[in-house]
Amino acid sequence: MTKDLENIQSVLATDCGSTTTKAILIEKRDGEYRLIVRGEAPTTVEAPVEDVTKGALNAIREVEELSGRTLLDGEKIITPQEGDRGSDVYLSTSSAGGGLQMMVAGVVKSMTAESAERAALGAGAIVMDVLASNDGRRAYQRIERIRHLRPDMILLSGGIDGGTISHVVELAELIEAAKPRPRLGIGYQLPVIYAGNRDARPHIEKILEEMTSLDVVDNLRPVLERENLGPAREKIHDLFMEHVMAQAPGYDKLMSWTDVPIMPTPGAVGNIIQTIAEVEKIEVVGVDIGGATTDIFSVFQDIFNRTVSANLGMSYSVSNVLAEAGMDSIMRWVPFEMDPADLRNRIGNKMIRPTTVPQTLEELMIEQAIAREALRLAFIQHKSFAVGLKGIQQERNISDTFDQTATGQSLVNMMSLDMLVGSGGVLSHAPRRQQAAFMLIDAFLPEGITQLAVDSIFMMPQLGVLATVHKQAATDVFTKDCLIRLGTCIAPVGEGKPNKTCMKISVKVPGGETVDKEVMYGELFVIPAPYGEPVEVAVEPARGFDMGAGKGKAVKTRVPGGTSGIIVDTRGRRPFELPADHAERVERLQAWNKAMDAYPE
Amino acid sequence: MAHAYTPGLRVAERTTVLKERRLPLPGEVLVKEGDIVNADQVVAKTDLPGNVQPINVANLLSLEPADIKEFMLKKEGDAIKKDEPLARTAGLFGMFKRTHHSPVSGTVESVSDVTGQVLIREAPIPVEVKAYIDGTVTELFPNEGIAVETTAAYIQGIFGLGGETNGELTMVCSEPDEVLTESQIDESCRGKVLVGGSLLDLPALHKAIQVGAKGVVVGGFNDQDVKEVLGYDLGVAITGHEELGTTLLITEGFGKIRMAEDTFNLLKSLEGRKASINGATQIRAGVIRPEVVIPLAKDETKKDIEEKGASEGMVIGSQVRVIRQPHFGVLGHVTELPAALQKLPTEGMVRVCKVKLESGEEVIIPRANVELIEK
Repeated sequence: MTKDLENIQSVLATDCGSTTTKAILIEKRDGEYRLIVRGEAPTTVEAPVEDVTKGALNAIREVEELSGRTLLDGEKIITPQEGDRGSDVYLSTSSAGGGLQMMVAGVVKSMTAESAERAALGAGAIVMDVLASNDGRRAYQRIERIRHLRPDMILLSGGIDGGTISHVVELAELIEAAKPRPRLGIGYQLPVIYAGNRDARPHIEKILEEMTSLDVVDNLRPVLERENLGPAREKIHDLFMEHVMAQAPGYDKLMSWTDVPIMPTPGAVGNIIQTIAEVEKIEVVGVDIGGATTDIFSVFQDIFNRTVSANLGMSYSVSNVLAEAGMDSIMRWVPFEMDPADLRNRIGNKMIRPTTVPQTLEELMIEQAIAREALRLAFIQHKSFAVGLKGIQQERNISDTFDQTATGQSLVNMMSLDMLVGSGGVLSHAPRRQQAAFMLIDAFLPEGITQLAVDSIFMMPQLGVLATVHKQAATDVFTKDCLIRLGTCIAPVGEGKPNKTCMKISVKVPGGETVDKEVMYGELFVIPAPYGEPVEVAVEPARGFDMGAGKGKAVKTRVPGGTSGIIVDTRGRRPFELPADHAERVERLQAWNKAMDAYPE
Repeated sequence: MAHAYTPGLRVAERTTVLKERRLPLPGEVLVKEGDIVNADQVVAKTDLPGNVQPINVANLLSLEPADIKEFMLKKEGDAIKKDEPLARTAGLFGMFKRTHHSPVSGTVESVSDVTGQVLIREAPIPVEVKAYIDGTVTELFPNEGIAVETTAAYIQGIFGLGGETNGELTMVCSEPDEVLTESQIDESCRGKVLVGGSLLDLPALHKAIQVGAKGVVVGGFNDQDVKEVLGYDLGVAITGHEELGTTLLITEGFGKIRMAEDTFNLLKSLEGRKASINGATQIRAGVIRPEVVIPLAKDETKKDIEEKGASEGMVIGSQVRVIRQPHFGVLGHVTELPAALQKLPTEGMVRVCKVKLESGEEVIIPRANVELIEK
């Protein structure tokens, strides 16, 4: 029976995460789509259950209990809706099973290899390694690397259409020689996607057809000036569903239940971020910090980018955050005395028992200190990846020559950034919203005027897959129910001296008084302003400080309030530094926590 | 019924243990169904394709890729020895010929006239799979391996280092809260699987490795010491391939934590028996926990093995262990399961359980912070 996806009245959607499975029910009421309830249950891919559908059903049962609606008939999802029973459509996303792990290969590291990496990341994959003919490794090292890794899939690209074929053919020869062993067992043929120079296709087919499950798609970099990532991304997704997901316990059943193909969670979150940027015409950074990975999405200059830091997360990979950041970087955010060996053990215990939660305030502060570092490091990785295309001959005029900028520059611009959206347990489940605002500010260091928000109950994945079916429904629920507006951060760029004026600010809250303040360098404080009518803000930065209009130039605008209101942060940007002295730093952290009303006394 | 978020670690006095022993590539299975095997016995073997040496002959001899086949002295499928001539140019009037010699011994696998690259595959690498536990072969997977089954005591740990091994179970500590130190380990520990109490300190682990102990089972170990012993920070809990010399299995967690009474007493009751141990751990999808398998003597297996019913989840009376601060590692039983969310000191609202600890104290713990003790 074909469904009328245009006129849906209700949507049931699940997201199968690595730790928990979340289910939401959306209904059309008074002409608009709204979230009704949300349920949750542990994900059941592992022993003893080993069937992802059980976790999904448990989450849906919780939705039934909380909504009073009947959505299941035994273990069957009732669809379409009939009277009060069932829902019109069932959708799902998933990141359970560790996601899709890929290797990509291209000829030139900063051109085709990088484009291949973007294609893979955009499809929701984790990129284990990027091979390139010019990556500095010897051929035998590349072969060893392919043999050592156990990718689910390989994406091979290289050469513009009509260009030389030898390099990409050589890469294919190395892949064939390495005889990569996929992680899913003996009988499984490794999917390989070829998305390079079309002239090399016959040679690639000859070399790889027998040993791998080879698919050929359009060149993802047909000419240097243009990327064509769509066909490769779609093929990655199709193969992911067909080969990888189909092997994971219970997925074949789940796939048969959904009305549209299951999307990998990161692909879905990326989709809703792009939708917001498009609809509200803003530059956005979104972050999803999970147990195993931290995904960052950005839209700058209408260009979407996504990175997955598969090595940074709050449970499964929490020890890696410690390894990458170092003990000092984490300890610098902890506002009390702590023995480093004790901290190491606590982090280790969280890694091996990932589903536990902080019970004491001390434990919560430690987790949030770790989160700051995970977010900071993931963002550094994102900034270096979200760059303009390299390899392009630009027409230069006189002012460009003096400007000295080149393509390959990061697209990320914290001054022009309009909105920062956070998602993931440590942000969305923070007991006080101001804790989430504070983590986002400390980790990302937004500049100028930036709105802050969190995904209230991390339903962005479900909205992302819904957006492919019904954009309106997804956008309605996103703006009305999904986003919790935390407020707006006002942070001038520049370095100053404590107790010297940094700026003057005037905030007019609707129905309230005007707050006029002279702000010193090094301050952090909040002006309450609930979300609703926009708040008028005028900022006059002192000489040497920039609020986006140039040094010393005043700005005047209207900004949204939120649960935290207007957060004024003159602690410094470029640079931002914490005091080196331990006692002074602890004192400062405690003062800032108080200013933000971050924790109970 | 409440969800138990953390399936408990298994500690069973007597259960059926079934292990699948498979090759990574098709090969030869050396035993048959019904055979009795011992832990160190090789049950299947195969060869992994040897390492590949790529040589761009075209570049090295300044030839066009399309021409190299003309100057190759070996063709695809030919064997070649190290330093044997591989290709030679014609030179000028028969003089100034240039020769490239093979850097390795192996077989010429391919010669490409598109890239000018020659691949030489070295000798295959033999791979053997052992039985790992003493038991009976109950199933044969043709060309792949076997399933081996035994009746045994079974103990799961929370984290481990090192791979499969076996040895005689030996109690080194007499109490589950005792620290296992260097002075308690000597030459008599060679070849044994040692059992400690609440903590194994680093000097003791080094000593165990030095004397050739096969394994150590202990309640706790410091995370800092993991870094010391590996030489790097273990970012993600995926282990099993470390070649320490001694397999380590931790039953409770990081830090000094008293080994659970049941676990300690079970191990004590089986002292002297052969124990198979595997430290491999994977805390991700497809969770793998480290384990100790102690096959029971034949006459003991005649007793009926109680069929373990499906887990009920957490109910009033369930025995649990606390798995996070505060009260980390303490045992208790559930006295209440409040339906409503409760506020923690963090101000977070979560599902909780009321637990009566061993000490008699009654505490509120988030349900996510206890694990069921499963038999």
